[in-house]
Amino acid sequence: MNHIAIEATGLTKKFGDVVALDGVSVSVPSGSVLGLLGPNGAGKTTAVRILTTIIRPDSGSARVLGYDVVSNASAVRYRIGLAGQYAAVDGNLTGRENLRLIGLLTQMPRNTIAARADVLLERFELTEAADRVVRTYSGGMRRRLDLAAALVHQPPVLFLDEPTTGLDPQGRLELWDVIRDLVSDGTTVLLTTQYLEEADKLADNIVVVDHGRIIAQGTPADLKARVGSTMIEIGLPDEGEAVRAKSVLARFSEDVEPDGRKVRMRINDGARVLIDVLRALDAAQLTPATMAVREPTLDDAFLALTGRQPEPRESPDRQAVAVGGA
Amino acid sequence: MTLTATSFPRPIEHNGLGRLVSAMSDILAVTWRNLLGYKRVPQLLVFSTIQPVIFVLMFRYVFGGAITVPGVSYVDYLMPGIFTQVVVFGSVGTAIGLAADLNTGLLERFRSLPMARPAVLAGRTTADLARNVFVVLLMAAVGFVVGFRVHTSAPEFIAGLALVLLFGYTFSWVFATVGLWVRDPESAQAAAFPVLAPLVFASSAFVPTNTMPDWLRVFAEHQPVSVTATAVRGLMLSGASTSDIVQAVAWSAAILLVFVPLAIWRYQRTA
Repeated sequence: MNHIAIEATGLTKKFGDVVALDGVSVSVPSGSVLGLLGPNGAGKTTAVRILTTIIRPDSGSARVLGYDVVSNASAVRYRIGLAGQYAAVDGNLTGRENLRLIGLLTQMPRNTIAARADVLLERFELTEAADRVVRTYSGGMRRRLDLAAALVHQPPVLFLDEPTTGLDPQGRLELWDVIRDLVSDGTTVLLTTQYLEEADKLADNIVVVDHGRIIAQGTPADLKARVGSTMIEIGLPDEGEAVRAKSVLARFSEDVEPDGRKVRMRINDGARVLIDVLRALDAAQLTPATMAVREPTLDDAFLALTGRQPEPRESPDRQAVAVGGA
Repeated sequence: MTLTATSFPRPIEHNGLGRLVSAMSDILAVTWRNLLGYKRVPQLLVFSTIQPVIFVLMFRYVFGGAITVPGVSYVDYLMPGIFTQVVVFGSVGTAIGLAADLNTGLLERFRSLPMARPAVLAGRTTADLARNVFVVLLMAAVGFVVGFRVHTSAPEFIAGLALVLLFGYTFSWVFATVGLWVRDPESAQAAAFPVLAPLVFASSAFVPTNTMPDWLRVFAEHQPVSVTATAVRGLMLSGASTSDIVQAVAWSAAILLVFVPLAIWRYQRTA
């Protein structure tokens, strides 16, 4: 399917003087995952809140499955699920009651709600805790219930706002599996994350946002390619050999620097050049003692794209909320 | 196991009359959820009853002896005021509950659901109305124990309680607005007292207004707590004056007319 499930054009949003979004456009094909990547306060949550009809954009427009998020918000709401950063479940209700509440409020046929809740509780390994009050749940359990709540009405489009923030590594991996399952069933997912690795692992396409603007977009591979290059680090028995190695390797890359007994080089298309590098070293009778190949991470990408490390700043969303959210 | 099995039907998209029916069912669902909250955290209910019981005992036995109200025993004068005061103070719970839901992100989730827009507020205030029924009946029982007697008839007594409950429901909408505005439970509580103290104490709820200085008396006799307490007193003690009841209902209606739209407007802009 090549239909566009989520389409946003020129979204802007200001909270007081803080510009949260400054002309963001995204397009998410049906059945794919878009990763909205950026530091805290980049505008990711604001974008999600607009796309889920919670707030209106100041300008620009967005459609979900063809329905405008402002003029046809109600139709959008039937078709989306939202799991946020805060595990928005009711602590005084049991897990099962929480899902029942969402089932009622999403206008599920009443006689199907209980069975649907059972399936979700089972899938998220909450069956045993199903009849316990949620305030007794661990953070990870609350998160799983929160995601289950977003899925009660089987939304074809799912918004996940930093779904793994605060989860332990095991919990993150489990959640990634769930997301992959949903996608393989045809669900379209827009997820925001500060974890570059997460976007890399899950997303078909990544949009990098910073200060409310898109600073880069493409597939994870595209972005890595834009950063340039693979880093190859070769350790040699002594510094003399390292200097010799440097002159041998100079013909592969302009960016070769010796560092004591090590030589570091950056090359495009690293994996394919690697064999030639080894042959050349062998021909020069140099035998590497150690060798490391590092593909660029999205951290590197962020550095290359913005000239700085992704640093969190005060979120304009939350800040604005604190002073009244107008 | 698949999470999007087609064996489950999709949500029903309502229109026309169906929308109205589903709006009612949304309100009931939210009411159910809030009442479960009172069941799971009974402290909320217990604390909201201890304070008024203390008021009854304090005014009945500590201050009451020093207060003379012509033509009526003080406990009979007091209890209609207590009923009114109890629902007014209790309405702060509406603000606290909504502010808490705002903080946990629950309201944000509700706003992304295909539910009737006002259902969150209507469900909250309906649950708080149910709580008030319980609290008011409990206070009536306490009143009877300390010597309160109805001098009219059972239907008039019940009408008086109904008037009290209407007033409490009205104030729930006032504090729904406050809760959405201040956004956190502690602030809601803090914001409530300066508003409520003058309304409840500069009133005829506990003492007759005739000893107050003129400027205060004018306020005290016409503000909604006094007007409601007077009407309830009439219904329970001396036979109702129609004009008192009309005034009391008019106050509630006027406040609802302002604060229901205000709270809904605020809800739609908040999150």
